[in-house]
Amino acid sequence: MSTHFDFVVIGGGLVGAALARGIARENLRVCVLDEGDVAYRASRGNFALVWQQSKGINMPAYANWTRRSVELWPAYAEQLQNETNIDVALQQEGGFHLALSDAELERLVSIAERVNGQTGVNPYPYSVLNGDEIRRRLPGAGPDVVGGTYSPLDGHLNCLRLYRAMHRALIAAGVDYRPGNRVVRIDYTDSFSLSIEGGGQIKARHIALAAGLDNARLAPMVGLSAPVRPQRGNIIVTEKVAPFLKIPVQTVRQTDEGSVMIGDSQEESGLSEDINNGIMGVMARRAVRMFPAIADLNIVRMWACLRVLSPDGFPIYDHSVTHPGAFVATCHSGVTLAAVHAAVLAPHMAHGRLPPEAKSFSARRLHVSKTD
Amino acid sequence: MFRRLTEADGALVSLTINGVTCDGRAGDSVAALLLENGYAACRTSAVSGKPRGSYCMMGVCFECLVEIDGVANRQACMVQIAEGMDVKTGTGRRRVTP
Amino acid sequence: MNRLSDVEDLPPRCDLVIIGAGPAGLAAAIAASEHGLQVLILDENPEPGGQIYRGLVSSPPSRRRLLGQDYERGDVLLSGLEESTVSYLSGACVWMTSRDLEVGVSKDGASRIFSARHILIATGALERPFPIPGWTLPGVLTAGAAQGLLKSSGLVPDGRFVLAGTGPLLWLLAYQLIAAKTPPVAILDTTLPATRVGVLTALPSFLGSQYLLKGLQLKRKVRSQVPVISRVTELRAIGDTRLQSVAYRTKGGQSKTIDVEYLFLHQGVTPNINMANAAGCDMMWDNVQLCWKPATDAWGRSSVPGISIAGDGAGIIGAEAAACLGKLCGLDAATKFGLITEAERKRRAAPTRSTLSGYARGRRFLDTLFQPSANFRRVNDATIVCRCEEVTGQQITETVAELGEVGPNQLKSYLRCGMGPCQGRLCGLTVTEMISALRDIPPSEVGHYRLRFPIKPVTLAEIATLPHDEDDVRAVIRE
Repeated sequence: MSTHFDFVVIGGGLVGAALARGIARENLRVCVLDEGDVAYRASRGNFALVWQQSKGINMPAYANWTRRSVELWPAYAEQLQNETNIDVALQQEGGFHLALSDAELERLVSIAERVNGQTGVNPYPYSVLNGDEIRRRLPGAGPDVVGGTYSPLDGHLNCLRLYRAMHRALIAAGVDYRPGNRVVRIDYTDSFSLSIEGGGQIKARHIALAAGLDNARLAPMVGLSAPVRPQRGNIIVTEKVAPFLKIPVQTVRQTDEGSVMIGDSQEESGLSEDINNGIMGVMARRAVRMFPAIADLNIVRMWACLRVLSPDGFPIYDHSVTHPGAFVATCHSGVTLAAVHAAVLAPHMAHGRLPPEAKSFSARRLHVSKTD
Repeated sequence: MFRRLTEADGALVSLTINGVTCDGRAGDSVAALLLENGYAACRTSAVSGKPRGSYCMMGVCFECLVEIDGVANRQACMVQIAEGMDVKTGTGRRRVTP
Repeated sequence: MNRLSDVEDLPPRCDLVIIGAGPAGLAAAIAASEHGLQVLILDENPEPGGQIYRGLVSSPPSRRRLLGQDYERGDVLLSGLEESTVSYLSGACVWMTSRDLEVGVSKDGASRIFSARHILIATGALERPFPIPGWTLPGVLTAGAAQGLLKSSGLVPDGRFVLAGTGPLLWLLAYQLIAAKTPPVAILDTTLPATRVGVLTALPSFLGSQYLLKGLQLKRKVRSQVPVISRVTELRAIGDTRLQSVAYRTKGGQSKTIDVEYLFLHQGVTPNINMANAAGCDMMWDNVQLCWKPATDAWGRSSVPGISIAGDGAGIIGAEAAACLGKLCGLDAATKFGLITEAERKRRAAPTRSTLSGYARGRRFLDTLFQPSANFRRVNDATIVCRCEEVTGQQITETVAELGEVGPNQLKSYLRCGMGPCQGRLCGLTVTEMISALRDIPPSEVGHYRLRFPIKPVTLAEIATLPHDEDDVRAVIRE
């Protein structure tokens, strides 16, 4: 088994898998080092949204980066289908944010205006709808819905099939995928030497840290900074239902397999993945107010996952100055950004650099005090 | 088919299965009555559409899902029959009527 | 006994909450309440008794006789419950027992969460999965299902049916159905040869146990009335929209197809670990019983403080032994709450421990003799492994080959196996054993599905009515 690679990607989740395949397609020998069966795996907890709305307040670069990815997604989905025979069921027919009070609606509108009003932003198209208009567009939306915002750019896909496709694609691209290989230490002489838990060393000329929460530990070893923290999100999944909700709402969507997913809570909970019943209750209540007919649906699963969050919530992409050849990549919208990671970030990394857009996402921004 | 061992056993309870009146005994589960009335299958799978029916009769397999008094996907083996109950078989993917 | 009506009757806090009204739960409740503890039993069935004493409360004399003496033994526990101060809520589905000792329960469409000072999980066992081609056809049920129908409703299969598999319950069911004058057309016995090493070494202890005589009499009677096909190595349920026939093949190469209306499968029972799993209790793999069971100490305490586990849910030991374990848990709870000293607990437990070791003698022999064949624990063809999501053995085999060092949870993410409403109850063991065989590592290293609450489905409406505070609201509606 090989111990020397051109590129090692630490982490086999949504970020790592996209990068590894992209780098391998530039004809480099790539290895992915992943953890075992029980790991935090933020990628398993994604809500499967490919989403533009509301992204990028105080960072127009993020709105633009997201936009680029949203537009690259159809081609990426097609490539994945060709490479793996797996259809990730990408559907980009728009998406809604729904408001259950006037204050909520005001906030939604304000967010859209703020994002789109920023200098240098590529504004996203959206419309503001009142309750009746929502009920016309979304049959089943309840009387408590006072309105919402809609963007034709939003969409969703089948998250589990995406995970499978991305994995199969990296294998098809010739990546050496190694689970159960947690990296305990990174040393650097003229190349990187990765010490594996349980013994063993892997050497690489370049490395990309895509290890989610573990990036915080690994980054300083190579002169980088990735101060990410866990933020718990709860998800409710119902039994399978005949299709009734074609267009996703940011917090309620129906999967192509029929189950209804309800999500988007945020708690600073440390590393606990316990579910919070009170929060589940609030989420369930809001979902039922949005779509009263789902009240009697049986919940088949409730679970919590840990998002990987930077201090300002935006991605971190960096290339180490002290340890050239070491990159870090972290974000919490791993699905939305998968396309741009694969099409833009990975090829640049393969050539030993970051794309120009990545400048805004350097961790250096976190050490500079903002004065706006 | 299934048959009763002794007839005079518990009060008679009358209900309908798919609109047809049947009699059971107090203490029967809905699933027991379905089997007694020849319903080996009571629904179609939400994944493949293939017919499915009771398997474990103790609430762990989730195969015996039927609509009872208008509520879909109830485990028939965990619900006791009651007078006038309306049981319907055949829900695959449950419908949500907006 | 204080029979409660609905979740509104539940106190906000309770000393000892027992989940399950089978022999372990009942014995624990009686012992604990005798020592002055405030005890609540929550059980999802309409009457107490669990699976083994199902229907006993209202069973007519003729049916009791048919079901046998062991069944009637449950009377002692039922009357013990009746005479106690225990509170009991039937038809109550517990969907959560958290590490913080909060209990979530649902009855008649209404949910409550309340606190316990101690929780006893006594949810018993379920049938081992028996994946054969066609096992999802309508008309294929478990032997336990057939026995339950007999116990609760006096219903017996009428027409052509076969029993297939191995284990004492299969023979007991055959015996009972013969007595009811509705014998199976055949018994397809998948028991592995008794000349295997492990079996013979366990034999001496069995000879000194009470199982022997009972077992021999039963089997002799059955064999005299029903054709028994031994050393069955392959089974197939055949049919289009429902079961029409069963095909089998024996080790000796004999094969046949039997037209039937029903097939009752059984290859032992295994602990129902879902609640303990979701509560975070440590699990261990039992390499003789070939199943997961929660790690418990001599008093039934799990690895989670405040949660104990008793009965078949802690490891398969049978109904009478389950009652003994339940009693020990009851004594332990009384000690925890300072009602008796540890010395007193030890003294009062002594006769129960002695009885327990009597039951343990010979258990190992039964476990080894009736160990299910690997043919029926692992499948790699089009046979469905996960019934809920219709994931086949072939899909699992191919995915493990593709992913290499994968575990049940990663496999779940890739194939959806274990994501259905049964939450792995009918596929978990098969998946663990398949991964173990494919990767050539022991099941203990493979692990199992990680479960979360609710461990039984509960509606959105019920969760929506759970109490919440401002922090909860802020976590969802961010301003």
